[in-house]
Amino acid sequence: MSPAADYDDRPWLDPDAEPFIKVQSVSKHFGDFTAVDSVDLDIYKGELFCLLGGSGCGKTTLLRMLAGFETPSSGSIIIDGVNMNDVPPYERPVNMMFQSYALFPHMNVESNVGYGLRRDGIAKAEIEQRVEEMLAMVELSQFRKRKPHQLSGGQKQRVALARALIKQPKMLLLDEPLAALDKRLRVQTQYELMNIQDRLGVTFVVVTHDQEEAMTLSTRIAVMDVGRLQQIGTPTEIYEFPGSRLVANFIGNANMFEGRVIENGTDHVIVECKDPTCNFYIDHGLSIPEGSKVWVSLRPEKIRISKQAAAESGTNCIKGMVNDIGYLGGTSTYRVLVGDKHIVEVTSPNLNRPKDGNPPIDWDEEVCLGWDASSSVVLTK
Amino acid sequence: MGCFQFGGFDEMSESAERSLQGRLLHRLGYLLQRNWRSLVLFIPFFWLLLFFLAPFFIVLKISLAEAVIASPPFTPMIDWVDEGIMHIRVVIDNYAYLWEDDLYAKTYLNSLKIASISTILCLLVGYPMAYAIVRAKHTTKHVLLMLVILPFWTSFLLRVYAWMGLLADQGTINNLLIAIGVIDEPLRMLYTPFAVYVGIVYTYVPFMILPLYANMEKLDWTLLEAAADLGAKPMTTFFTVTLPMTFPGIIAGSLLVFIPATGEYVIPDLLGGGNVLMIGRILYNEFNANIDWPVASAVAIALLLLLVLPMMLYQHIQMKQNEAE
Repeated sequence: MSPAADYDDRPWLDPDAEPFIKVQSVSKHFGDFTAVDSVDLDIYKGELFCLLGGSGCGKTTLLRMLAGFETPSSGSIIIDGVNMNDVPPYERPVNMMFQSYALFPHMNVESNVGYGLRRDGIAKAEIEQRVEEMLAMVELSQFRKRKPHQLSGGQKQRVALARALIKQPKMLLLDEPLAALDKRLRVQTQYELMNIQDRLGVTFVVVTHDQEEAMTLSTRIAVMDVGRLQQIGTPTEIYEFPGSRLVANFIGNANMFEGRVIENGTDHVIVECKDPTCNFYIDHGLSIPEGSKVWVSLRPEKIRISKQAAAESGTNCIKGMVNDIGYLGGTSTYRVLVGDKHIVEVTSPNLNRPKDGNPPIDWDEEVCLGWDASSSVVLTK
Repeated sequence: MGCFQFGGFDEMSESAERSLQGRLLHRLGYLLQRNWRSLVLFIPFFWLLLFFLAPFFIVLKISLAEAVIASPPFTPMIDWVDEGIMHIRVVIDNYAYLWEDDLYAKTYLNSLKIASISTILCLLVGYPMAYAIVRAKHTTKHVLLMLVILPFWTSFLLRVYAWMGLLADQGTINNLLIAIGVIDEPLRMLYTPFAVYVGIVYTYVPFMILPLYANMEKLDWTLLEAAADLGAKPMTTFFTVTLPMTFPGIIAGSLLVFIPATGEYVIPDLLGGGNVLMIGRILYNEFNANIDWPVASAVAIALLLLLVLPMMLYQHIQMKQNEAE
């Protein structure tokens, strides 16, 4: 694969690529409250970018600033080379899909979808044709004369999507696009969204609080908390190399151990942990002085659980007792008590069917937990 | 429904000592228990029946009689001539008279014109006010609403008299304008159609604001954002989203202003003097000055039909439309 082709899917790695959307030290204050705190963000053309965070983290405010419903208190937003600070929403090359869908209740599906084109003074015949195409794409052609209140949740969502996409915006903003759908429909719609985005090549910016949704959908994720950006990266980067305890805890589950760096080599670090007593040998270097306080994050699925008794807790190995088992069919989650009060969560695939109906590892059993040197991550904040 | 149950009637009849009164009370309680819903509806409807529908039929009956110098000053509808023969007298001359003398047609039209213009003025004043109140901060909102309702705490008549004082040739407004040198001689405002419009708009604007407020309060504001997002300028958003969404409020408010304004008597009489003829004035004249109760009744019935028929037609069309959807 040539490097150029490589950048096609990952434009953010290309040092020459010009970001499509530039958010430059943008802040937003509501009275004393700071909703967004000096956020810098580059989004590239064709990305499916997720803003992820809990409620009140500022992700929706940031999205509304991109749409033009809020103006930044400071900083600037540049879309396709144009500073958007003084551009009202109705003149931005951007469309939004609202969380509540905001379909006009007094118009039928057709009129809703064609609304944006009518505002641009496009000829009636062309509007009809484009509405037709859009409805065909979201598979709603037979519902064109229905009013929004006669549609199901999933149908409304597709009308909202069609309405937002028909103007061929440079960027589509989606505010919790799947939150109002039930679980099954959500998964299905997730893939539909990805297909549509892939086909049209429109840059999507999605706001969500659902980390699973963000992981499946996005090319890159920006994790936000209390108005600040915590980390930006691909789903893999965010999951495997979280930059802070906050990110590690927010995306998936993580076992966190507090310790001190006792050895800092060029290709490895050793962290000594007091409670529970254990040493972590980690195979990546760290630019941090010996003796510093750090945290080690270890994902539940990266821990091996076995009944083979280890001599003692040592390096990358720890003894414990099974406190609780959650059997999920494909996998089991073990909550293992190590030391006096520390609980370590371990997820393990159920590879073999138990012969006599007894689980391979039972409650209150002594177990040994082990992991590879590449499995754990050292966090400094 | 409550689950409380009275004893069976069989058991009741067995207890001979029980008085008739006690049994009736018992029975009434039982009926109340079972039919409280219908009862709650029955009482106000009975009230309306008694004090609205019955007078309506009395007026209708009088409108079909002839005026005579007697007490009451109209002929009875049903006479008993000898040998028990019933004689029913129905006269439609009064309606024919309304039709022939163009004073009535002119006055009706004038009333409708004044009411229509007043309704539009109320809408123009009330719509932005209702919008501003809905969009105001939570605490300010209640104060503003209170201010809209506040005039009702003073007598309506007193407020109209106050306007006479304001608008008169030697009134507050003229004196003020002369004092600051804007005009040299007083503007004629009182006893002109202008004064009538001022009075009607002033009196009825709360009836426009309140239904509009109730309607706008339920408006989903993200719809306006969605319109802007799709490229609609504020004006376009207003005409394509806000206005259609608030249409039920506009209709409700307009009816509440238009109907009483058409039959308005006090405001044109006090502020318009003899220069603004409205149907309420005619009705008063026929009834009190001419003592022609049948014609006065015919005027009232014709007014009622004039107002009710278009409304019923509108409702009918609306129902048809809803069914079509």
